[in-house]
Amino acid sequence: MMDNSLDVTFRRGRLEIRGRDVTMVVLLAIAVVALMIVAVPLTNGVFYTGNNLTNLMRQMTTTGLLSLGMLFVILTGGIDLSVGSIVAFSALLAAGLSLRHDLPVPLCFLIGAATGAVWGAISGSLVARFKLAPFVVTLAAMTTIRGLCYVYSDVPIGPKDPGFKALGAFTFKTFKVSGSTLAFPATTLIMIGFFILGMVFLNRTSLGRSTIAIGGNRETVRLAGISVAKGIITAYVISGICAGTAGVLLASRLNNVQPTLGTAYELDAIAACVIGGANLAGGRGTIRGTVMGVLVLAIMNNLLSLRSVDTYWQSVLKGLIIILVILLQARSRQRG
Amino acid sequence: MTLTLRDVRKSYGSAEVLHGVSLEAEYGRVVAIVGANGAGKSTLIKVLAGAEPKDSGTLELEAFPLDLKGPSDAIKQGIHTVYQELSLVGELSVAENLLMGQLPKRYGFVDWQAAYRRAGEILEQIGFAGVNVRAKTKDLPVAKQQMVEIAKALVTPPKILVLDEPSAVLAGSDLDSLFALVRQLRQAGTLVIYISHRLQEVLDIADTIVVMKDGMFVAELAPHATNEDDIIALMAGRQIDQIYPDRRTSFGEAALTINSLSRPGEFEDVNLQVCRGEVVSVFGLVGSGRSELAETIFGARRPAAGTIEVNGQPSRFKNPAQAMKAGLALMTEDRKRTGLVLGMKVAENITLATMARSFFLNLTKRRNDVTQMVSGLSIRPDNCASMEAWQLSGGNQQKAVLGKWLLVDPSILILDEPTRGVDMATRVDIYRKIDELAAAGLSVLMVSSDLTEAVSMADRVVVMREGCVVCELDAATTTEDEVLAHAIGGNQ
Repeated sequence: MMDNSLDVTFRRGRLEIRGRDVTMVVLLAIAVVALMIVAVPLTNGVFYTGNNLTNLMRQMTTTGLLSLGMLFVILTGGIDLSVGSIVAFSALLAAGLSLRHDLPVPLCFLIGAATGAVWGAISGSLVARFKLAPFVVTLAAMTTIRGLCYVYSDVPIGPKDPGFKALGAFTFKTFKVSGSTLAFPATTLIMIGFFILGMVFLNRTSLGRSTIAIGGNRETVRLAGISVAKGIITAYVISGICAGTAGVLLASRLNNVQPTLGTAYELDAIAACVIGGANLAGGRGTIRGTVMGVLVLAIMNNLLSLRSVDTYWQSVLKGLIIILVILLQARSRQRG
Repeated sequence: MTLTLRDVRKSYGSAEVLHGVSLEAEYGRVVAIVGANGAGKSTLIKVLAGAEPKDSGTLELEAFPLDLKGPSDAIKQGIHTVYQELSLVGELSVAENLLMGQLPKRYGFVDWQAAYRRAGEILEQIGFAGVNVRAKTKDLPVAKQQMVEIAKALVTPPKILVLDEPSAVLAGSDLDSLFALVRQLRQAGTLVIYISHRLQEVLDIADTIVVMKDGMFVAELAPHATNEDDIIALMAGRQIDQIYPDRRTSFGEAALTINSLSRPGEFEDVNLQVCRGEVVSVFGLVGSGRSELAETIFGARRPAAGTIEVNGQPSRFKNPAQAMKAGLALMTEDRKRTGLVLGMKVAENITLATMARSFFLNLTKRRNDVTQMVSGLSIRPDNCASMEAWQLSGGNQQKAVLGKWLLVDPSILILDEPTRGVDMATRVDIYRKIDELAAAGLSVLMVSSDLTEAVSMADRVVVMREGCVVCELDAATTTEDEVLAHAIGGNQ
């Protein structure tokens, strides 16, 4: 009884496959491909050197992890402004545990990443149990955690253990591209692993589906006997783990952690989700869209840097592009 | 002076939902449009209201062709529409809702005294006095909100008034006020287009009844020359001989016993019992505490006092999950607000209450479950599993919600307004299913404000008034008048 024919319709600028609106995903895919094509003349070919592609993957790792976590929170109808501060806290803690207490590196990383989960659990519980506004709760968390970063260390921490930077520096070298070796950073592979886990969790588990359902209609979910609080807390914990992991990986790559690390990173994460079609009201958003959002942002940043566009103008451009994408989405979402 | 529609067509995506509709309606008449869900009534209304553009055909008002580019165009032409979904701003007062955009001003500031006076006058003029114009609309009972919604469309007198299911949440004297108003408007020369599922009231109030089926007008009837059965047959395209199933006669032991259950302000000291295989209806006017009672039994609200026994076991449910474990299910009254996640697939909606039984989703089982419910309840279209819930018509949405709760395999099913805003064919499907399950031993507690349904579907009728159970009647021997008299009480 399932209709297996590919039912594609195109009406009024809207592309539907089997009745599902895929306009945005297709548009984003086109945008990514277009960016990758214009990259050649725009950068005199520098974009497609092994070095730059490796660099691009590194840059994508942090935004990627933060966006993945952010997506879960946004799906429940919330927002997590604290991820940038969590990045800094986890990074500082991992570096500090290594430098000051000489703990083994894997343990430093584990503790650093796990604190992210704790922050997420606290924010999530406040949102879910006391029905506080996610924006306010995570705004307070953002300030508090950032403050704790400075309390912990107001000077940069550079761990002495040579093992500390090993993970961030490790790459899987492949072949030469335009004169330099294309290497896959281990950190990027970890991020990709997180995305695969995230996709399985979101699409194949009841707890994952409940996060979307909660954002779509909380009361229906509650009356279906599903714990709304559990779903919400889970989303914030995932966001915290992603941010904590991003912080630890960043610390390992930089091998020198400032308490200002990660400032305003939450905005890029939100932007990537929104560009990828997530609805800030909750209930709508996909991992594949978020991947596209991360790609668009990362490639754009990379291109603009290679063209040595002033960072202030980069910011202006980014803002304009977000507006453009949201306008297109609003158009495609209008339905009968 | 007429409204003329000629060959109006409208498609969504590749599906045409209006296949050339033509109508000629004179001012000063009440034209009722009836039809099953998905017949195209809502689309027709949206086209009339300017909310959706028509694809082809013409719309003429007093012989002038109309080109409606948006709802404001329609309002300028004197076509006012009251949708089934309420559009009031809950946090604002009745007066502000009524006079939105035209609040009286004094020295540039809102003149509240004048606003309240004006709002009061409007309500009184149309016979809806008794609504507190200063109250926030969200604090009003649904019936009063509906009346404010209708009043909003009458602040400036319309030439054409379109009412979509205005009576769905009204009963008793509120319903009488509505009918009086419709007659008053007709007298004043307004064309009233009246959409309703309640055929008896349509027969009472309409001058002409237009039957819609599958996007076309299939018949235009005069009320005195037709009857309910004929209309139902036209709507369904076949003869429906029996709306309500025959009553069952023997029941098992008590399945659900409620002793002096109370939640102050909602209901007080409620006692009732449902036996295995029995259908008990709870009838009461809007605001009588019925829905709150249903939610409390289901663990969605905490009782202040009283006990609930399920199969002889005293139970205190902290949340719906615990009630479900004990074998209860609650189909809520508002499918859009509490029954469905509209942006999710129908398949996910149907399995929402059962999916949490395993951590990883069992997609094969889900497909089987969904297929079973879609075919067992004849949810249309039959490939709806991968559609999102908002894409289904109201009746099919209702069936999907019922399917969700049947999958739980409850031993006690609580139904809150199971056929609200649902067409006759769907109703019959739902009634048959309930009857079939009751015959197999399911206990059903059915909250209803549809008098006929409450009496004809049930074995026993429990009547509530202002939060209290006033009496319990044997459905086989009581009459609708008797039930209503108890529900209205002192006003009788």
